[in-house]
Amino acid sequence: MDYAVLSFHLVYAIALLVLTSLGLAIVFGMMRVVNFAHGEFLMIGGYTLVLSVQAGLNIWLAMFVVAPAVVGLVGYALERLIIRHLYGRMLDTILATWGVSLALIGLATWAFGFQQRGVVAPLGSFTLGGYRDSWYSVLIIAVATALVLGTWWVLRHTRTGLLARGTMQNAPMAEALGMNTSRVYAWTFAAGAAISGLAGAVMAPLTGAVPTIGTAYVTRAFITVITGGANAITGTVVASSLFGTLSELVTRWATPVAGHVALLALAVVLLRLMPSGITGRFFRRSL
Amino acid sequence: MNLNRRAFTGSLASGLLAAPLAGLSSLARAQGNEIVIGSIQDMSGPLQPFGRGKSNVLKFGVAQINAAGGLLGRPLRIVEYDTQSNNQLYAQFGQQLALRDKAVVAFGGVTSAAREVVRPVLRRANVPYFYNMPYEGGVCDRNTVLTGVTPSHALRTIVPHLIKNHGKKLYVLGADYNFGQLSAKWIRRLAAEHGGEVVGVELFPMDAANFNTTIAKIQAAAPNAIINSFVGPAHGSFYGQWAASGMKGKVALASQTFGDVGEHLLMPKEITNGVIVCTNYFEELDMPSNKAFIKAYRDAGHKDYVSNTTMNEYVALRLWAAAVAKAGSLDRNAVLKALESNLSIDAPHGQVALDPATHHCTYDMYLAEVRDGGYRVLDKSRAVTAIDMVGQCDLVKNPNTNQQFEPRI
Repeated sequence: MDYAVLSFHLVYAIALLVLTSLGLAIVFGMMRVVNFAHGEFLMIGGYTLVLSVQAGLNIWLAMFVVAPAVVGLVGYALERLIIRHLYGRMLDTILATWGVSLALIGLATWAFGFQQRGVVAPLGSFTLGGYRDSWYSVLIIAVATALVLGTWWVLRHTRTGLLARGTMQNAPMAEALGMNTSRVYAWTFAAGAAISGLAGAVMAPLTGAVPTIGTAYVTRAFITVITGGANAITGTVVASSLFGTLSELVTRWATPVAGHVALLALAVVLLRLMPSGITGRFFRRSL
Repeated sequence: MNLNRRAFTGSLASGLLAAPLAGLSSLARAQGNEIVIGSIQDMSGPLQPFGRGKSNVLKFGVAQINAAGGLLGRPLRIVEYDTQSNNQLYAQFGQQLALRDKAVVAFGGVTSAAREVVRPVLRRANVPYFYNMPYEGGVCDRNTVLTGVTPSHALRTIVPHLIKNHGKKLYVLGADYNFGQLSAKWIRRLAAEHGGEVVGVELFPMDAANFNTTIAKIQAAAPNAIINSFVGPAHGSFYGQWAASGMKGKVALASQTFGDVGEHLLMPKEITNGVIVCTNYFEELDMPSNKAFIKAYRDAGHKDYVSNTTMNEYVALRLWAAAVAKAGSLDRNAVLKALESNLSIDAPHGQVALDPATHHCTYDMYLAEVRDGGYRVLDKSRAVTAIDMVGQCDLVKNPNTNQQFEPRI
């Protein structure tokens, strides 16, 4: 198989992992909140897109505006109602967000049933080296790249980003300097949720919407984020690159099951060698 | 029956509201001599699209039988349990049905794992069990009847059709457990028998939702047709990605499982048009008996799409009722004997016969293509028998067999 096609698929596999993990990485990396409802944020994003498009809304508007806004709002509400009472209590947060995850799946089932709904992926297809692929997968690579650069830019170069980083590094000090840290936490969580919502909406034309679709992503997202370590952006990109490349190559030369096993095996080895994640050892001064 | 004052006045009031006085007297008559039948259905959780249809159609069938005077002159009553897509509950509710409710027969179950939980429970309790899902084949148990489509039913129609109409090279996709693995073996064998070949097999974990690499591998192998045995919503993602890649229409795509919960109605037609399916029933079948069935089902207030998984539940109830009528008794041995007397019924989609040796069914199989949210029938195979267990299972000779054979393919 052609090297151009192979590299395209490698980049796509990495982009998929980045896209579906970044929202979780921000919430976990910056706030140390283990959000078990991450998969359901993706699911709500997907449903928002599918239902909006079926109601006649423009697909791009639904994908890039409505879905992130809806899921961001859900995230904001969750932080205010539940998460903010549990900062610093990791086990309690796990339990609480797991409950939220089950409740959201139940709610979606009750509202929409369990049949898969879908929309047609726009943009059509192209031919590369005799192989057909969709322009939509190019879009996924573009969105993942834009999200990483955008998040990095906001954190590094804006006042908002500076305030967020200050709060995450030393909340009592930030508060002493006159910051409303509770508001920063709420908006950071909402931003993470909005990114997950966007990711879910971007994936929906390829996977359809169904209440349990989150489970198809959440395991890999957690493995990526935990292996990535404390620095949300760098960690996610580096871990996604390692896992995406390995599982893609093994899937190609062996089977999809072997690809999945290879990913898990690599995660075990990496976490044995670097218990606090890749960015706990390397790239420690990155974001 | 435990009848207190409040329940009695309640039933009196609802009887007065819902039915004319004749209904009330039959209600009073009914309470002593009802026949209790058990229904174990996943009414909630991920498997609910199957469970709800099955539950509805059993209620519909029982109402039909009761309206015609019941069975052996006695009315039927369903005791239903919601197994919540949870295998543990199958054991518990199976026990309750047998011991507390004294059900004389049990229907239901979705996954093979759930069936293997409840089947031994019902066998021990001597309650005949009807399992009515498409499944991998191989169950051989005199206490169990299986009305669903097995790979040998569907693939013996699909494979020759694809080779004849699209070409010799086949690519196989499926779920990586016994259903997908056995189906892949069947396709290899049938392809060889019909002068074709399998150029690739790819089986996926149940949560696989990214098929980008697979679509590239398919293009590298350049098959004439694809046959899938996908299971669950994650695998349902394949259709959208296949259409997005621009490959749809360039290689024929057939499925043993598509449409089991009405997928062709909810997914966009740009994605589903042209998918080839093979099963023993779908709601759109253009036959007077089927049209009449669907009309009556809708008139009874049921709105769900009737797929093969729903219809085969109905067929199970009718088969059991026919056996009871023939035996003239509810006694387990008499009913099993009647079931094994080359019993057949006229179902909405034609004749369904029960094979005494395997307790699997023989019926017509339809090969159809999805077209704008409906089906266009391409081909029909008459009276197809399940041959998954040929040479392994003969319940007439060895009535005490109780196992799930791995079909020798």
